[in-house]
This record gives sequence, C-alpha cells and structure tokens, in this order.
Amino acid sequence: MIPINNFLILSTILFSLGMYGVLARRSAVLILMSVELMLQAVSINFIAFAVYLFPEAFTGIIFAVFVITIAAAEVGLALAIVLRLFRNKGTANVDEADIMRW
Amino acid sequence: MTWEEVIFYVIAAVTVLAGAGVVFSRSIIHAALFLILALLSVAGIFVLMAADFLAIVQVLVYGGAVTILILFSMMLTRVRDLPTAPDGPQKPFAFVAAVVFTVSSIAAIVSTEWRGESTENISVVPFEDIGTALFTSWAVPFEIASLVLMAALVGAIVLARGEEGE
Repeated sequence: MIPINNFLILSTILFSLGMYGVLARRSAVLILMSVELMLQAVSINFIAFAVYLFPEAFTGIIFAVFVITIAAAEVGLALAIVLRLFRNKGTANVDEADIMRW
Repeated sequence: MTWEEVIFYVIAAVTVLAGAGVVFSRSIIHAALFLILALLSVAGIFVLMAADFLAIVQVLVYGGAVTILILFSMMLTRVRDLPTAPDGPQKPFAFVAAVVFTVSSIAAIVSTEWRGESTENISVVPFEDIGTALFTSWAVPFEIASLVLMAALVGAIVLARGEEGE
C-alpha cells in the first residue's frame, strides 16, 4: 500500500513545476501548458484525498471530473485568445500584449 | 518495497521529469511532447490510486483532445519561425517562489498525521456509482458544466473566426 504522502508530495512537485512555468515563461502557449500541469496536480490531490480519507463518499473523484471538464473548456478558449493575439500583434508573447485597447 | 511502490516510483519519476521538460525545455515543440508524456503518466498515477474511470477520461480528454488543440495552435501561431522561446526576466523570482512553495508544503504534508493512512487496500469505485452520483446528487453542477462547455465552444469559435470582412 502506497502511503498518501507519496501522492501528495508528487502533486506538490508537479504544482511547483507548473507555477515556475507560469511565472517564468513568456510564450502564452507555454504558460497554458504549465497551467495544465498545475491542474493535473490538483486532480491528483483530489483523488488521493477521496480514496484515502473518504473512501465511502467519492466526492473528490466527482470534483476531478469537473476539473477535467473545466480544463478542456479553458484550453479551447485560451487557445482561441492566443490565436487572436497572434493575428493582431504577430506574437504570442504575453509581455508584448500590454495594452488594454487600441 | 512492494511491486506497487516500485511501479509508483517509476511512474512518479517519469511524471516529474516530463513536467520538468515542459517548463525547462527551450523548444516549444519539445515542451508539448513532454506535456503529452506527463499527462499520460498522470493517468498511470490515477490507476495506482484505483481511479480507473478518471484514468480513462484523462487519456481520452488530455491525451487526445487537449494535446491536439495545443499542437494545432502551435501550427497556427507559426512557432517554426521562432522555435526557441526565451524566458522572461522574472525567472529567478519564479524559481525562488517555486522552491519556497515546494519546501513549505512538503514540510506541511510530512508533519501532518493523515488519519486514513492505515487503509489496507483501496477498492475501485464502480463506474455505476460514479454515474449515479453525477446524475443524482451532482446533477446541477453537471448541467452547469455542460453550459460552461457550450459557452466555451461558442466563445472559441467567435474569437478564433474574427470579424466579418477581415
């Protein structure tokens, strides 16, 4: 039986990697990919708590299903925005998209 | 060390290395391929936690749809012309923030007494139970999630298509 700590530490490392990526990267597509990593870490945490602490009520599993659903919607929308940004400004770097309107 | 633990450590190592590849690799294409590897190995982690349904959903939604979307968006934003993406100037601060977060939360995890730790064997949640729960006690969030997906679909089409006569 794998102790729950292993899963929690794995998800912490994954979340930190994603956090580093979100803060350090410039390309919007790469930032989006780092956000996906962070969402994965959240799903691992939800499921670990669900199966180890509350095995009779699998609320965490239902939550993980919703996390995956929202992540799919988010990826679709964010990539459409990136595409739009690229078409208007010729770049997908977030630090060059610094005006609110034109 | 049991076989289960050996498998866990192998999959966890693959996950962490692939995740590091996503955030540290210079090439955007390599980062995307590392992301696929990371997502699939997270599906393996789900199997180890006896969440078979989520592992299947993970492979279908992430391994299939999300990755294809990301690769398509790379083709459309012409990353071939700028294959390497230099990182921003806030890189050292990002590194410090990530390390501080890792250390503090690992300390918190290790120092906590998890009451369920002695669970001898976790059982697979039957698919029927998940379906029943989704359509009875979680019916309203389920419907809202489908509305969100619908709105995201329409929004993505409107955004990506652009204005008329452009």
